[in-house]
Amino acid sequence: MLELRRVTAGYGHFTALWDITLRVEAGEAVAVVGPNGSGKTTLMRVISGLVAARTGELVFESDSLAGRRAHEIVSHGIAHVPEGRRIFPLLTVADNLKMGAFQPSARKGFAESLVRVYDLFPVLRERQKQRAGSLSGGEQQMLAIGRALMSRPKLILLDEPSMGLAPVMVLRLFDLIRRVREEGYTILVVEQNVRQVLKLVDRAYLLEVGRIRMEGRAAELSEQDFVRKAYVGL
Amino acid sequence: MRPGRVAGAALLALLALGPFLPMGGMRQYILHVLIQILIWSFIGGAWSVMGRFGLVSLGHGAFLGLGAYTVTLLWNFYSLTPWIGGVAAAALTVVVALVVAYPCSRFQVVGHYFALVTLAVGEVVRLLIIAERNWTGGSLGLSLKPATGDSLLAMQFADKRVFYYASLVLWLAGLWIWYRVDRSMARAAMEAIGEDETAAASVGIHVTRFKMGITMLSAGLTAVGGVAYAQYISYVNPDTLAGIGVSLRIVFAVVLGGMYSLLGPTVGTALTIALGEYLRVVFGLRFIGMAETIYGLLLILFIIFLPSGIYGSLRDVVARFVRPARLASGVR
Amino acid sequence: MIDPIFLLEAAVNGVLLGGVLALLALGLNLIFGVVDIVWIAYVDLVMVCMYLVYFLVMVYGWPLWLAGALSVALGALLGLGVHLLIITPILGKAPVNQLLATGGLLFFLQSFATFLWTTDHKTVRLALPILEVGGMFLSFTRLIAFAISLVAMLGLWVFLRRTYIGTAIRAVSQDREAMALMGADPQRVYFVTSAVGGAMAGLAGALLIIQYSVHPFFGAAFGPLTFMICVLGGLGNMVGAFVASFVMSEIISIGGVVISTEMGYVIAFVVFIVMMFARPGGILARRG
Ligand SMILES: Nc1ncnc2c1ncn2[C@@H]1O[C@H](COP(=O)(O)OP(=O)(O)O)[C@@H](O)[C@H]1O
Ligand SMILES: [Mg+2]
Repeated sequence: MLELRRVTAGYGHFTALWDITLRVEAGEAVAVVGPNGSGKTTLMRVISGLVAARTGELVFESDSLAGRRAHEIVSHGIAHVPEGRRIFPLLTVADNLKMGAFQPSARKGFAESLVRVYDLFPVLRERQKQRAGSLSGGEQQMLAIGRALMSRPKLILLDEPSMGLAPVMVLRLFDLIRRVREEGYTILVVEQNVRQVLKLVDRAYLLEVGRIRMEGRAAELSEQDFVRKAYVGL
Repeated sequence: MRPGRVAGAALLALLALGPFLPMGGMRQYILHVLIQILIWSFIGGAWSVMGRFGLVSLGHGAFLGLGAYTVTLLWNFYSLTPWIGGVAAAALTVVVALVVAYPCSRFQVVGHYFALVTLAVGEVVRLLIIAERNWTGGSLGLSLKPATGDSLLAMQFADKRVFYYASLVLWLAGLWIWYRVDRSMARAAMEAIGEDETAAASVGIHVTRFKMGITMLSAGLTAVGGVAYAQYISYVNPDTLAGIGVSLRIVFAVVLGGMYSLLGPTVGTALTIALGEYLRVVFGLRFIGMAETIYGLLLILFIIFLPSGIYGSLRDVVARFVRPARLASGVR
Repeated sequence: MIDPIFLLEAAVNGVLLGGVLALLALGLNLIFGVVDIVWIAYVDLVMVCMYLVYFLVMVYGWPLWLAGALSVALGALLGLGVHLLIITPILGKAPVNQLLATGGLLFFLQSFATFLWTTDHKTVRLALPILEVGGMFLSFTRLIAFAISLVAMLGLWVFLRRTYIGTAIRAVSQDREAMALMGADPQRVYFVTSAVGGAMAGLAGALLIIQYSVHPFFGAAFGPLTFMICVLGGLGNMVGAFVASFVMSEIISIGGVVISTEMGYVIAFVVFIVMMFARPGGILARRG
């Protein structure tokens, strides 16, 4: 479904990603893990078009994404839930969801998508008239994911969804992501919470200083000594 | 001596001999333009002392107006010599700057907000001048009471050459102060503050003290520029010496020249004044407003196409050509 | 001692002035909130629109409402033009340069107006009555202008709250990048915002020309006041700007009657400066 071949990207003179090759098949859930500053967020931003790739190919369902800007990429069916949630704090919950369906193709199925999101996250239905900024961290993350679902995507990019959440909330959130997955969405997720995320996904990539250091099936990776020591903390 | 110094010395010699060069019937006019350039360059330099550290003031007209009006009023009503009046004017301006700068710094009014607060200060001074029309002549302005003949005490001279040398000295003094600030501790501190105020404070930089010091220096120098201008033109007017128009002009000239270099403000001022004069000569009295229209248009174009100023852009261009060459030679 | 009826009349006139000021401030604040650039020349665009209405009505004999409609259209066009020609190239440049580019436009518009139309003051006279209400004299023209501004602001409010693009405009002012991830082209949102902001300048022009005479320096008279209202209300905060407009207009109107016109403005500006220290985020901002 999504394929990156030898992608290099960065900011100004600085190169944050070197030669990244990565693929996500339809229906899969894939994780990208790695230490802070290793380029995970940059990778997500390259896929969603917020950062331009310098070299390499990005292909989504046989369309090349190279040179496409962020607002064009959404219409291909990729939704990016950015790091730090980035909901619109002064808009109501309902308006945030409305903005998720901004592009014309999503606007058509608006009512239907809304029911689906509200069923998935009932708390959002309860708080639809509230300002999004007044929600708790976990609720804001649900809103961010719900907003992404409103664009009727095929692939969802999740950048550190559990960041800054209380441990109980983290567990609930992973459950919810699992349910999103069961609804048939393909997921590419970045996480610091390696142990949890490896239970959720099929495969994972390990990123270090901008390069892919390892890849494999989630179950195999979590068995590897290296990963256990460095990230899982066992 | 390095070539830069030679060129500087030659330019200085040329400026020093300026009034005695053969210029025919144009002498008076050329001197007039040069004096304006020197005085406004000095004012631009005073502005850039603050501006280069991110304290973008749109209210320097206020300091200019305070300086010019104080000295003029003291002379007209109390016959106080501008030598003392000028000091009083600068002192008053510094106090006003202090009153504005302290809370600005204390309450972290920065960026757009700082620009707009200073703009308000400029408007307040302009409107006060207009409101107090019984002394100040309101929007009609005020002429300097003439002394009897040439008078050092009154700072009034019939011969433009005197003003020329005076403003040359003033300009050089301005450059010297700019240079001293550039080389001082204050520069490092102010740059740190401009980057990140909280971080600067956390490494022990006294943010308020440095900001106020720089603001007071800038305001005081601007007032001195206002005094010089008032003495030379011997007429003051709220629209040419206070308010948003003149404040914007000062900033324009400096940004155009480049506010991070010693001669940037001078280059920018010389260019804008020369341009204004040229357009005025071309259009004369025929098309009133046309000269200014073209001036405004050129300013927009300059800002869009030379965002780092003429000086800065030239430097960028030079760097672009020189640097790859150096790299290439390094490889060989 | 001033007759209290004069004070009351000044207060009512302040409210009427506040309505039109609010229209100006809301247009400018809308653009500021979204594009993040202060258009120093905003009120100079209003000035151009005032001239348009003047010429259409006084020289070509158009009905006022039609001239007003055209003024709104011209305003929108000017807004788009300014955005395309001046703002787009300097987006993301140093803030000083952004201020100066629109400052250059201010010089340009002022002097071009001087060139085309001289510095004469030009007025559109409406033969509308002066109302006497309980000893106060109120201009019917001003009442109408006030009512129209209120309706326009209500329209803006509905546009920003109820339409997709209006909500997107508010969203962009909160998080530009997140809105791009929703599929909104930021450039397109900027266009719409600049056109709407410009249209409000056009409407304000039509409402101002029936109360004040126009001259090339009209922008210099009202411009600084408009920025200050925006800052006082909180840059980008529409409700704040609305409230601040009335605070400033009351100070100016009452100060003008009690002391003098200039002192009314001086007091308003001093209040602005002091408020900047007391409440840097605007009058409606929460502290801390
Ligand atoms: N906007 C930016 N400008 C410059 N460098 C950046 C920017 N964003 C991230 N970086 C740098 O790119 C590298 C990768 O960052 P990021 O992708 O955010 O890593 P991660 O998400 O894995 O923590 C880091 O070294 C970071 O400092
Ligand atoms: Mg990250």
